[in-house]
Amino acid sequence: MSNSSDTSYSALIERWHMLTGTRLFRAVVMIAGIAFCIAVDTFDFVDLYLQLILIYVGINIILTVSLNLINGYMGEFSVGHAGFMAVGAYIASILTVHVFPPNAQNLLFPLAILAGGMAAALVGFLVAIPSFKTRGDYLAIVTLAFGMIVKSILENIDAVGGPRGLLGMEKLTTLPWVFFWTALSVWVIRNLVYSNFGRGVLSIREDEIASDLMSVNTRQVKIIAFVVSSFFAGIAGGLFAHALQFINPRMFDILKSTDILIMVYLGGIASIGGSILGAVIYTILLEILRPLGIWRMVLMPLMLVLLMIYRPRGIMGMKEIRMFVPLRDFVTEKLWRQKKKEAGDASA
Amino acid sequence: MPLLEIQKLTHRFAGLCAVSDFNFAIEPHELVGIIGPNGAGKTTVFNLITGVYRASEGSIKFEDQELVGLTPHKITRSGIARTFQNIRLFKELSVLDNVRIAHYGQIAYTPAEALLHIGRFRAEEKRITSQALDLLSIFKLDEMAGEKAKNLPYGLQRRLEIARALATKPKLLLLDEPAAGMNPNEIIQLMEFIGWIRQTFSVTIILIEHQMRLVMGICERIVVLDFGATIAAGLPAEIQNHPRVLEAYLGVEVTP
Repeated sequence: MSNSSDTSYSALIERWHMLTGTRLFRAVVMIAGIAFCIAVDTFDFVDLYLQLILIYVGINIILTVSLNLINGYMGEFSVGHAGFMAVGAYIASILTVHVFPPNAQNLLFPLAILAGGMAAALVGFLVAIPSFKTRGDYLAIVTLAFGMIVKSILENIDAVGGPRGLLGMEKLTTLPWVFFWTALSVWVIRNLVYSNFGRGVLSIREDEIASDLMSVNTRQVKIIAFVVSSFFAGIAGGLFAHALQFINPRMFDILKSTDILIMVYLGGIASIGGSILGAVIYTILLEILRPLGIWRMVLMPLMLVLLMIYRPRGIMGMKEIRMFVPLRDFVTEKLWRQKKKEAGDASA
Repeated sequence: MPLLEIQKLTHRFAGLCAVSDFNFAIEPHELVGIIGPNGAGKTTVFNLITGVYRASEGSIKFEDQELVGLTPHKITRSGIARTFQNIRLFKELSVLDNVRIAHYGQIAYTPAEALLHIGRFRAEEKRITSQALDLLSIFKLDEMAGEKAKNLPYGLQRRLEIARALATKPKLLLLDEPAAGMNPNEIIQLMEFIGWIRQTFSVTIILIEHQMRLVMGICERIVVLDFGATIAAGLPAEIQNHPRVLEAYLGVEVTP
């Protein structure tokens, strides 16, 4: 008896997976998300504090998914993600505060965010160069140093407020914008992962020398991974600056990078679904535990230690939610079945 | 004109001379074996040809193109593929992806097309996937296309490694101890298999081996290395009784 209920349960799960993999399901999720975000933004029926948390959830998803490209898919260990975020935050803020005319802020906001992302991508390109020769722990040190450099430079430029920071941004980061950029980052990174270049990224994690010998241009792959990853970190930075309306260099130090790392490893490496879960759970849990005061910072790390002991690969490590696997991979499966059938027919 | 021509190849690791003054040439469609005791420099020769190491001195010419100084992926794209002594598959990836990765250089879409899934992306992915599946079915691995490479039994992992190497569409295939860890029965099968690959894919093969049975059985010519230098070269029958080869393998008889 228990056996039959087991099979019906797993059949149910299988059907759920099939459902989440369909185009219709994705469309429903997207439309519901957009509708919710626009409704919240126009009718203001959700508490402002909750709205801010939702915005942070979105920003953290972008940061986690983009860092997972380097740490999870490529298997390197970058601890300088907050540095890219800082570049995006400062460039976008400088544009909206000092460059763009005050009456066209809303219109030009996406441009500022995009510029922040581009600037971060340019810096990401520079960080990719040492990764040609260094890897593992040594590359981690390079990214650590990079984070420190960004922070020191920002602290010493008076035009952006030095250590006091930069303010004067309007609150331009709205929920619909956050949804848009989050969806875009998830979509683009998923596209990358399930492409020739994404397979190149994975092969570098598995065995870099074998990858090079199998005709993968590892330098090209590393540049693409770092540029895309830092581009979205920059986007997240720009959104963050215009949600908080105040930034200073200390916000983007190693602790911020550590936060992102925790979300990546909590959710699971090499998984987009995992990254989203990790970012959502970590951000919301930190808020729920806020009443505990200083004990929060004891409880959270303790939970992480337990997670690493009982689920060392994170919640979704190396697994993917069907929703984030492109339909074409089902086409692959179909093609495979079809070929097998043809071969069977020919031999029969 | 030889397909591959190596002249005066020398390589040193911090003073240790791993390969010294190595000369070698192979004609198209030949099958040549390189043998020698442990540490003779056989794998180093493969690493030099494929660009893993950069030769200290000498030249390696493939179809009249100088290979010394090129990066491994460029050498692979020019038509040289290899397998490894200790299997180096992408263990956590699927069998299909292992083969698809080897098609990296044959894909015609740009990174931008990949990021936005536009343009040639779809057609190219379908073409590559179809080719990879065809190759897998030739090697009777298509049933396992979705399995992780690490879950395959040892023999199939070796076969997959050869399939992956052939996916780069090589003219020259370098096999590094393909019979490692096989019993005599499996070695006989492997001999037929290598002959069949040579026919089917019309490739030239250089083989490194320890197993005399395999080398003597299929190679048309044999080069014997010891301490990085060629000590003998010729037909299998000549090599078998060559005094210097016996010396290298069995040692010198000490007369009391």
